[in-house]
Amino acid sequence: MSRLLEGVPKRAGVLVFALLLALLVAPLFANDYLLTILILILYFAYVGQAWNIMMGFAGQLSLGHAIYVGLGAYTSAALYLHFGIAPWIGLLVAIPVAMACGAIIGFLAFRFGVAGVYFAILTIAFAEFARIGFDHIGYTGGSAGLFLPVAQYTHNDLWNLRGRPAMFYYVILALTVAVFLLCHLLLRSRMGYFWLAIREDEEAARALGIDTFRYKMAAVTISAGMTAVAGVFFAFFYNNLFPEQVFHISRSIEIILAPIIGGIGTLFGPVLGAFVLTGLSEGMTELLHALGIDVPGAKQVFYGICLLVVVMALPDGIWPWLARRLGLERRA
Amino acid sequence: MSALLSVARVSKRFRGLVAVDRASFEVVRGEIFAVIGPNGAGKTTLFSTVAGALKPDEGEIAFQGERIDGLRPDDICRRGIARTFQIVRPFPALTVEDNVIIGALLRTSDTAQARATAHDVLRQLDLFDKRAQVAKSLTLPDRKRLEVARALATAPQLLLLDEVMAGLRPTETDRIVAILRELNARGLTILLIEHVMRAVMALANRVLVLHHGAPIALGSPADVVREPAVISSYLGAEAI
Repeated sequence: MSRLLEGVPKRAGVLVFALLLALLVAPLFANDYLLTILILILYFAYVGQAWNIMMGFAGQLSLGHAIYVGLGAYTSAALYLHFGIAPWIGLLVAIPVAMACGAIIGFLAFRFGVAGVYFAILTIAFAEFARIGFDHIGYTGGSAGLFLPVAQYTHNDLWNLRGRPAMFYYVILALTVAVFLLCHLLLRSRMGYFWLAIREDEEAARALGIDTFRYKMAAVTISAGMTAVAGVFFAFFYNNLFPEQVFHISRSIEIILAPIIGGIGTLFGPVLGAFVLTGLSEGMTELLHALGIDVPGAKQVFYGICLLVVVMALPDGIWPWLARRLGLERRA
Repeated sequence: MSALLSVARVSKRFRGLVAVDRASFEVVRGEIFAVIGPNGAGKTTLFSTVAGALKPDEGEIAFQGERIDGLRPDDICRRGIARTFQIVRPFPALTVEDNVIIGALLRTSDTAQARATAHDVLRQLDLFDKRAQVAKSLTLPDRKRLEVARALATAPQLLLLDEVMAGLRPTETDRIVAILRELNARGLTILLIEHVMRAVMALANRVLVLHHGAPIALGSPADVVREPAVISSYLGAEAI
């Protein structure tokens, strides 16, 4: 506990606590629609946090994170469908599968000096391989999709992740809190410092004795494993998986938007970004509906303009600016 | 006298250009050894082969009796050789303190202990009061000292300094000279590449002069600057 709170400004602690409390009691007041939106927000906060380890901490741009979501989703869903293996057990297979995939991508890139935009292209390529490959894997339904049985659930079955939105809400809330704390600890660990060094200047990092290959591999595999957990959640929440959707590049882009808007490399960035983006998107739908505007694409245009304004006004993201405003800068 | 670092007949070519031509020298534990020479003499290339950034084409480099030529830079640092860069490269977005903590984490996985080490080093380099500043906000002299601080935090046996005085005003040069003397007095061996003769004369126990990649003189600073070959190739006739 003392390690968790080390160097955290008091106000930040209070803020986290208040936010957590509000999120804990939210299902008492929110209807299923609102709860579903909150689930979406927490989901993006979670995957954004996982992606942030690679980009925000270690400086490695992945534009193919959908592959880890997809591998986690497909692995756990297939195990559940074919063998009746519960998702929490499936998780133990899904995580290593995604980590192995991350390790392969990382090894190819870091061993052979593929860096910067070329690394990003490699990550896209792998996600595309998966998208096209899974179209042809009959075992997981191919392009026709993989479906988990859906029914009107009268009670929540947490073990098999079958139930009402409130249950899913608490599951994703617990995961998001866990990954937040984990990232907080990682950032303050030796590995966290070494990641920052690699992000800032890899050659200088190497000159200080840091085995950059090893720590970049750690960043990719940890991020991949964490993202796979979100994939398991995704599969059991949505109940259907299509390679065309799960592995599509737009999914990878969705993952990176929250941390970019919120603030790359910060702990609160992905969380804040997820709230802002999803809130904006859903709010826009409501607003356009209320205004009676029914032009196709109008929402996307407004959404795009809003993103543009944020990125231009706050290139470091919203959180660093907000933190200064709230006097939450980290103590030296 | 046991050599801490021994460089034997090291050559490095870039296509047709021989940057370092069979350079041999030994750095003795506890001394300050300087490498000087005109621009393009191969000083930085020689330095890079010792630090592991370049692999020599020929020759052997040994540190504490073990071959280190061709090892990766991080391996070499772990063995006890820390370096600075000619064009300073602190981690720009991190604080001065975090920059140095990263160096200190080489020898410990405990961040609290690394912070304590970093604070010690920052005090030695007169940077303690600026520890909360972001590295990119520092002035050049401060960044140069941060570069030295970060390298020192890795607890090296041998410190390689690549033109740390370049671009500094004389008062700042004297400040770094005083700091390096102090570090040397505590037992640190230093190998420096330097253009600023004022610093070399004040610091070095022995000086190696390179010209076109080959050593042309080796000796005490006072002796070396009187060598005719050194005067004609590097210092210029008017220096006499």
